[in-house]
Amino acid sequence: MTRQLDITDVAIAYGSAPVVRGLSLSLDKGAIGCLLGPSGCGKTSLLRAIAGFEPVTEGEIRLAGTIVSRPGETLAPEARNVGMVFQDFALFPHLSAFDNIAFGLRRWSAAERRERVGELLDLIGLAGAADAFPHELSGGQQQRVALARAMAPRPRILLLDEPFSNIDTELREQLAGEVRAVLKRDAVTAILVTHDQFEAFAIADIVGVMAEGRLRQWDDPYGLYHRPADRFVADFIGEGAMIAGKVVDRAHVETEIGVISGGLPPSLVSAGTQLSVLLRPDDIIHDESSPEQFPVVARAFRGSQYLYTLRLPSGAEIYCRAHCHHDHEPGEPIGVRLDVRHLTVFAEG
Amino acid sequence: MTDRMVETTAPPIAVFRGGWHNAAVIAVALVLSLPVLVVLGHVFVPSDDVWRHLVETVLADYVINTLLLMVGVAVGTFIGGVGCAWLASMCSFPGRGIFEWALLLPMALPAYIIAYTYTGMLDFAGPVQGGLRVVFGWGYGDYWFPEIRSLGGAVIMLSLVLYPYVYLLARAAFLNQSICVLDVSRTLGNGPWRTFLTVALPLARPAIVAGMSLALMETIADYGTVQYFGVPTFTTGIFRTWYGLNNAAAASQLSAVLLVFVIALIALERGSRARARFHHTTERHQDIRRIELSGWKAAAAFLFCFFAVFFGFLLPAGQLAWWSFVVAGEQIDARFAGLVWHSLQLGVIAAFLSVLLALFLGYGRRLARSRGVRAAVHLAGMGYAVPGTVIAVGVIIPFAWLDNTVDAFLRANFGISTGLILSGTLAALVFAYLVRFLAVSLQTVNAGLDRIRPSLDEAGRSLGLHPGEVVRRIHVPILKGSLLTAFLLVFVDVLKELPATLILRPFNFNTLAVRAYEMASEERLADAGPAALAIVLAGILPVILLSRSITKTRGTRP
Repeated sequence: MTRQLDITDVAIAYGSAPVVRGLSLSLDKGAIGCLLGPSGCGKTSLLRAIAGFEPVTEGEIRLAGTIVSRPGETLAPEARNVGMVFQDFALFPHLSAFDNIAFGLRRWSAAERRERVGELLDLIGLAGAADAFPHELSGGQQQRVALARAMAPRPRILLLDEPFSNIDTELREQLAGEVRAVLKRDAVTAILVTHDQFEAFAIADIVGVMAEGRLRQWDDPYGLYHRPADRFVADFIGEGAMIAGKVVDRAHVETEIGVISGGLPPSLVSAGTQLSVLLRPDDIIHDESSPEQFPVVARAFRGSQYLYTLRLPSGAEIYCRAHCHHDHEPGEPIGVRLDVRHLTVFAEG
Repeated sequence: MTDRMVETTAPPIAVFRGGWHNAAVIAVALVLSLPVLVVLGHVFVPSDDVWRHLVETVLADYVINTLLLMVGVAVGTFIGGVGCAWLASMCSFPGRGIFEWALLLPMALPAYIIAYTYTGMLDFAGPVQGGLRVVFGWGYGDYWFPEIRSLGGAVIMLSLVLYPYVYLLARAAFLNQSICVLDVSRTLGNGPWRTFLTVALPLARPAIVAGMSLALMETIADYGTVQYFGVPTFTTGIFRTWYGLNNAAAASQLSAVLLVFVIALIALERGSRARARFHHTTERHQDIRRIELSGWKAAAAFLFCFFAVFFGFLLPAGQLAWWSFVVAGEQIDARFAGLVWHSLQLGVIAAFLSVLLALFLGYGRRLARSRGVRAAVHLAGMGYAVPGTVIAVGVIIPFAWLDNTVDAFLRANFGISTGLILSGTLAALVFAYLVRFLAVSLQTVNAGLDRIRPSLDEAGRSLGLHPGEVVRRIHVPILKGSLLTAFLLVFVDVLKELPATLILRPFNFNTLAVRAYEMASEERLADAGPAALAIVLAGILPVILLSRSITKTRGTRP
């Protein structure tokens, strides 16, 4: 695998206000990456820096091995050969779908251009809408035309800025899957920005969680969920609760629900260390016969399951999923047992 | 690779590079607001006894007549504009679809021209009174007939051609109201009439007030109608003081008092528009379920709208056509062609420059991060509210000063007398047009520029366009329609403009508007016909544009 994107120690600032600091990541050719984080975390600024719309104040950005940004030097966007899909799609209102997609191909021969646009229209399933103007297309169709337009010149990297935020929620995940299929069929290297983790998991091979201008973790979805690098990532991704624990030995932690076994990080192995343990809902199994009984605080119906919130004697709350046949009223104690496959702990405090 | 790197902070695309652009925008805006500043500055210049004389004799008349005119036109345009808007947008009756655009037609008639036609029809020698005398055998003095050349007559003339401003904005407000709100009122037991009074009308109030402010700005700017009807108001007073008493300072001071009215109206309009914006609650518009009218209600609705179109356009335009037909043989000659040529010349020059300036200021506003630039652009657009008479006074004073200064300097140092270089020329007139009508082109160009979101620039860049190519391949095609519209609107406004043209035109330089005015002043109304009809025909162009944009479905295709 060759590296298509390399970002090394990059910082971005608006005036004197830093929005991205000390950020490094890299993406292999053909991979789909995602920058995930709450609004204002700097993810869009990083995307715009890759496109050449923002200069970097520190570090460097390389595309296919060539430096395109470093302090004081920013290769103009039009010279980078990057494709970008904008949040508002930014389709040219005076051009048809065909002409929008062909816009970046003006140095190609007419025949090549027709072939490439036709191929893309087929790929996005809009072969019949070539002559339609943007305002005649639905939001989802506009989105796919914007995608095809950005892909048409075979960019070195495709950048997608919150591409699904203007799409109805119920369609988002489906569209994300479709976009992933289109990108993979054309072997496009892509990086998208979103604040929606389900969208990120549906489309990306590798996801970076950002907060306050820093990259907290750059990992695959499974790793983010089960091996979060810090408390922020643990909180941001999925559901979960933190409870207090004490190290027994290098493979066991004692908590008020029981002893949990699993590997501990080297810095936290000495017996007696106080730490926090991350418990995901799937770490806690509903078991009527278990002697560990805790009262229900709240329950949320999730179709085939209930998500129960239980209160521990210390006052801490944990989550537990149970089959929807197990119907318990708030206040009623229910039995649980631990089934922790990945022990995740953080230093106390 | 590195040698192709350039230092850029990317879009929005800077057409004019460097910080001097901001300074230039502010300078242009200041020059355009010069006439108003000159007029306001004269408040502190002594005008001998003329001002005291004015205050003691006619000022009270000017204030009272201007106020009465405003109240009358406010009532007239409210009834006509809101009534027609409600019927044509929310009710269903025969002919509604035609009325929806036909109700705009009176906009094609300048108030002074409609005043000429009704005077021709209704005065002693006209067909109406003549007919009555023949039918009843009356003679002079045997009967009472309302005098059209009066304050009341001026109110009716102005209301007939100005109600479309209220109609346009009220209609848009009614259509933008969420249908749900009206439905809620109906489910709570209010009938359609109560719903209109208690829900639709209050919701549309900001838009209606904005429309009425525009109509009233035109009212206080009017010179031709009140002059012809002999109603002493501020605009006629400024003329008299300027030409009759030959006192620039006193004319400026009258203008300054009139500006107080203008500023109040601007404040009213801006405030109302700002609030009107909140009513666009949803982008998704349901189809409107119109209230079905039948029987006498349908007939009444039809007649209400029909009378507005008939008396506001069909009848006066018909009268003009008849006059033109009668006098065509003697009036349409080489001299008439000269008038058309002068009007076209002025219109094209002013419209072209106005669009260029609007582009310059529009891009300035788009690129500017500073409040100063935005405020300056705003200021430059204020001329639309200032009466042509006031602008003319504000133009001629600094131009004459400049001419005299240059002349004196050259005579003293080189022994050459240059005379008047600027004040007696087309330059002064075109400058006044630019001041007065820049807002028209600026608004249209800005609306066009606002459609080019920054992401379109960025999309172009990421697809390999240089900044210049972005302007050529993306901005120009999208803006083309707006630029053409702006050009046309200014062109027609220049054609219709009367008082500034009268004051500032070069000696013996006549336009269609001036010709119509002069013929009417000599009581040769039929001879005013061809020139007036030409103005009205040109005035229909923007009406067509407007009606197309209001009936068109929402879309961004240019």
